[in-house]
Amino acid sequence: MSTKKSTKKSTKNSAKPGVKPSAKPAAKKTKAAAAPKRAAAKAGGKAGISSSVEFMVHAYAMEAEAAERYAEFADSMEVHNNREVAELFRKLSRIEQRHADQILEQMGWKQSPVASANYRWEGTEGPETADPTELHYLMLPYHALQIALLNEKRARDFFTHLAKVTKDAGVRKGALEMEQEEDEHVHLIEAWLKRTPKPDANWQADQDPPVLSD
Amino acid sequence: MNSPAVAAPLTAQAFKSDYKPIWCPGCGDYSVLSSFTKAFAKLELRPEKVAVVSGIGCSSRIPAYTNCYGFHGVHGRSLAAAAGLKLARPDLTVVVASGDGDGYSIGGNHFLHACRRNVDLTYVVMDNHVYGMTKGQPSPTTEPDWDSKLSPGGTGLRTFNPLVIALAAGANFVARAFAGDPNGTADIIAEAIRTPGFSFVEILSPCITFRPEQREWKQMVRPASVPSTDDAARAARRLMTDDGMNIGVLYKGERKSYQPPVGKGKKRPSDLEAEFAL
Repeated sequence: MSTKKSTKKSTKNSAKPGVKPSAKPAAKKTKAAAAPKRAAAKAGGKAGISSSVEFMVHAYAMEAEAAERYAEFADSMEVHNNREVAELFRKLSRIEQRHADQILEQMGWKQSPVASANYRWEGTEGPETADPTELHYLMLPYHALQIALLNEKRARDFFTHLAKVTKDAGVRKGALEMEQEEDEHVHLIEAWLKRTPKPDANWQADQDPPVLSD
Repeated sequence: MNSPAVAAPLTAQAFKSDYKPIWCPGCGDYSVLSSFTKAFAKLELRPEKVAVVSGIGCSSRIPAYTNCYGFHGVHGRSLAAAAGLKLARPDLTVVVASGDGDGYSIGGNHFLHACRRNVDLTYVVMDNHVYGMTKGQPSPTTEPDWDSKLSPGGTGLRTFNPLVIALAAGANFVARAFAGDPNGTADIIAEAIRTPGFSFVEILSPCITFRPEQREWKQMVRPASVPSTDDAARAARRLMTDDGMNIGVLYKGERKSYQPPVGKGKKRPSDLEAEFAL
């Protein structure tokens, strides 16, 4: 049995972050309401996306998971009394949830087309889902926006890739629309970041730090 | 006559309580909580039919964050409480939450014997290789060269290998998961619950407050290259070359779980009280 060595390199909080306003592109309602769960099972990331319905299920799962994660971040920041960042994450969560709800409405689905526990991505999480390890209890809105920016870029890249590799014309059309939309979100957040004060070098400084071992 | 109403399956969210976790932002345990609730939803369980039992430590706060029955017990003794509960109430799904300090050090002896007894429990250990709640002391799974003010130069001690111990001691299901893959972890927890007997799931759950370098785990973990086996010897050989970053079910056996007959010799509380009367 091998004995692991500890990785000593300490990673700094490289904040990154997000937001987006408009709706997701509509997909045809045809037959979608009848079989969303079946489509989800097939789409399930690992199996690929081969129809417009599977594509919309995937898009829904991306938005819903992103919303859930931002809400979790907001709760965490509230508990640690970082209200400004909590409010920002709450806003991001609401925006992502709105997108998810719009997909439900456009597809005529009465409920979530996918149980999140069953949804398997190509990687470990959805392309738009924020990485929890980027958080810090003293982080600032700038850091939160950097996280959102990274997520939007990942989502855009996902759709770019999908549009390139899919053999289904409907999926390609949807992916290109989504790519364009995510690109708009990237620009929106970049603009938002420009208006947001940059953290100074000592943003992590705490007079009463919780860490005694450093 | 109307047929009896069948309750609709609950969502993962329905298994969460109204209490917000107080873990540090970025803690892997948030994702593990999400995996618990997703697994319960996937198995179509009901909160009143699930008990989450824990010991002491950051990870052991989980019972409060679910709306199932919960027992936040004594340090290292979660398995004893859980075994008693399962033997008395075999109808309940009993899931035990622990950490590497609570489970492998303070509760190390209980771990061995719980594997040996093979009571139908699911034991989930959130391993971050450090005592987080008490501010960063080395735990049994801390690397020997991890340098900190509390362990200058590192402990120099060989690490405890929980999967090897679980397999050797007789656990009927042995797996490793990663908090950064909450849906995959939920699938493994669900499979562990479904498997009769003592199921052990080690979850790599980063503590970015005391071990910020664990952010790199997401680049280091990988799905195990081979499927699970029901051959303990083969599983043991696989562990000989395991670097601690392989994710998936290692071993799934067929041992019959321990469950004494329920009802026979059952005493009423008044009988027990009489035995202790002076």
